[in-house]
Amino acid sequence: MTQVRSLHLPRLLFALLCAITALALTRPAHAEIEVNINRGDAQPLPIAVPAFGGQQGADIAQVISANLQRSGLFRPLDPASFVERDLTAAVQPRFDSWKQINAQALVNGTVTVQGGQLRVDFRLWDVFQGQQLLGLQFTSSPENWRRVAHKISDAVYTRLTGEKGYFDTRVVFVAESGARGKVVKRLAIMDQDGANPSYLQTPGDGIVLTPRFSSTSQEITYMALRQDSSAIYLFNLETGRRESLGAFPGQVFAPRFSPDGGKVAFSVERGGNSDIFVMNLSSRSSTRLTSDPSIDTSPSFSPDGSRIVFTSDRSGQPQLYIMGADGSGARRVSGGGGLYTTPVWSPTGEFIAFTKQTGGQFHIGIMRPDGTDERLLTTSYLDEGPTWAPNGRVLMFSRETPGGPPKLWSVDVLGRILQPMPYPGAGSDPAWSPLLN
Amino acid sequence: MVRSVNSSTVFRLVLVGLAAASFAGCAKKAKPAFATTAPPAGQTTPRTELPPEQGPVGQTQTGALPGSAQDFVVNVGDRVYFDTDSYEIRADAQPLLDAQAGWLRRYGSVQVRIEGNADERGTREYNLSLGARRANSVRDYLVGRGVTADRIGTISFGKEQPVDPGSGEESWQMNRNARTAIVSGAR
Repeated sequence: MTQVRSLHLPRLLFALLCAITALALTRPAHAEIEVNINRGDAQPLPIAVPAFGGQQGADIAQVISANLQRSGLFRPLDPASFVERDLTAAVQPRFDSWKQINAQALVNGTVTVQGGQLRVDFRLWDVFQGQQLLGLQFTSSPENWRRVAHKISDAVYTRLTGEKGYFDTRVVFVAESGARGKVVKRLAIMDQDGANPSYLQTPGDGIVLTPRFSSTSQEITYMALRQDSSAIYLFNLETGRRESLGAFPGQVFAPRFSPDGGKVAFSVERGGNSDIFVMNLSSRSSTRLTSDPSIDTSPSFSPDGSRIVFTSDRSGQPQLYIMGADGSGARRVSGGGGLYTTPVWSPTGEFIAFTKQTGGQFHIGIMRPDGTDERLLTTSYLDEGPTWAPNGRVLMFSRETPGGPPKLWSVDVLGRILQPMPYPGAGSDPAWSPLLN
Repeated sequence: MVRSVNSSTVFRLVLVGLAAASFAGCAKKAKPAFATTAPPAGQTTPRTELPPEQGPVGQTQTGALPGSAQDFVVNVGDRVYFDTDSYEIRADAQPLLDAQAGWLRRYGSVQVRIEGNADERGTREYNLSLGARRANSVRDYLVGRGVTADRIGTISFGKEQPVDPGSGEESWQMNRNARTAIVSGAR
């Protein structure tokens, strides 16, 4: 058995060789197409992604198209409607034929194989201006063609929205199987579009829960719950190496990395009281951050590492609190009626995502770190455990129907694009990776 | 008012729990598909043919061996139930916990582990904390009734090990519980 089969492929060699023309780097002063990412009422941009020329060119275009569509910001046009055919990266498109089908943007490209390496040239065009917006070339081993497609998707997204993409990422989650009450839980990993799912081998772990990505390395931290004990682990996705963070005087859970990857915050329960601790991973020394007799759990750092948001029921019901990363100055930030749990600070620092229970329903929501501007993005029988895409535009979470298995879903921060993840199995506790290198 | 749970229901749940434990032992073979649900315990196929005639045979239930784990589960009861988001020992749980304490005082070499559980109407980590509080409430109660503290361990399973797979208030009530599991020392 391989540890993480998909990772044993030859390492990806992405050479972002050049921006082919100076045009690609300069933004014209007027009338250029752009996607306004902050407008909830904006119509998705019609975009054409014809099959790239060469080996797997159609597959690559398909992956790009699906990525852009799922973002909700783009509307890929039906290839059957295309007038100009067999377009390669080497020729200028006939813009009239793309205007005719109302494509505002066009992505075309060519795939060649040289010396065992896949080379993909692509261009992004503003159809109505007749201008090239991007011209890039990626090289990789042929097995990694999907990652090339994700890199191109990210480049297109960034050029047209002005924000970083999130397509060349992966998701670690808990794959569930078996009937309710006898569920088997295993750690699994897949691409953000549901492709390449594989299990992570963590023998003897019992029930695995709450994996979380480091934002600086291909490493996760998670919890194992056994019949008589619990433990928290680091797991390196590149080597398959697993390491316990040690024995604690009580039950340990809710681990999460600091933004620099140097620490893990977590909860330890002793005598029925859960408090938050932080461990320095190089010295392995732990510091206690809370000592309230209430439940204190689910710590999540601000992106600058200076503060921690967490769940506490010190007011009598679970609410969100923020304290300094040294445990100082805890104050409540959630205000509305209802129960607030699972806070996660966004990678941009702008929002805190959470699970809220109110009126017998569960919601995924966001609020600013000062507690204002609360927005509930979802409502269902049971939504839980949001994780942020690395650009802070999309959240993934798990959703259960009464009596049904949990499934992975995503929603954008405007609450417009709510959709199930393209992964057919049951899954919970998703954790979104940072952008891959 | 929450209905009380009689001991035969509890016993059935224990069987379900044991079935769940044995399934978990096969974890590595499991595929990412849903296993068929086992038929409910006690379900039988009606027989149509008549049994052959035989002389009467007397039978008397002799019960579980005193001091055994089965004795504890059947004659004392191993699980008590809680209100939503609460870890207070309810009045209707006290007689059962008093009996647990009495049994544990009588069989002084038995070690137990209190397993705290929560229903699905909460998020994972908060429910781990809540289950821990429930386990410790039971532990404190038993210590208060004279069971030595070092004989009692605790763990929380949060919402990870529901005894009732259903969704609805009756199922959630069954899943808000603390189970006293015998670890060692029973006959």
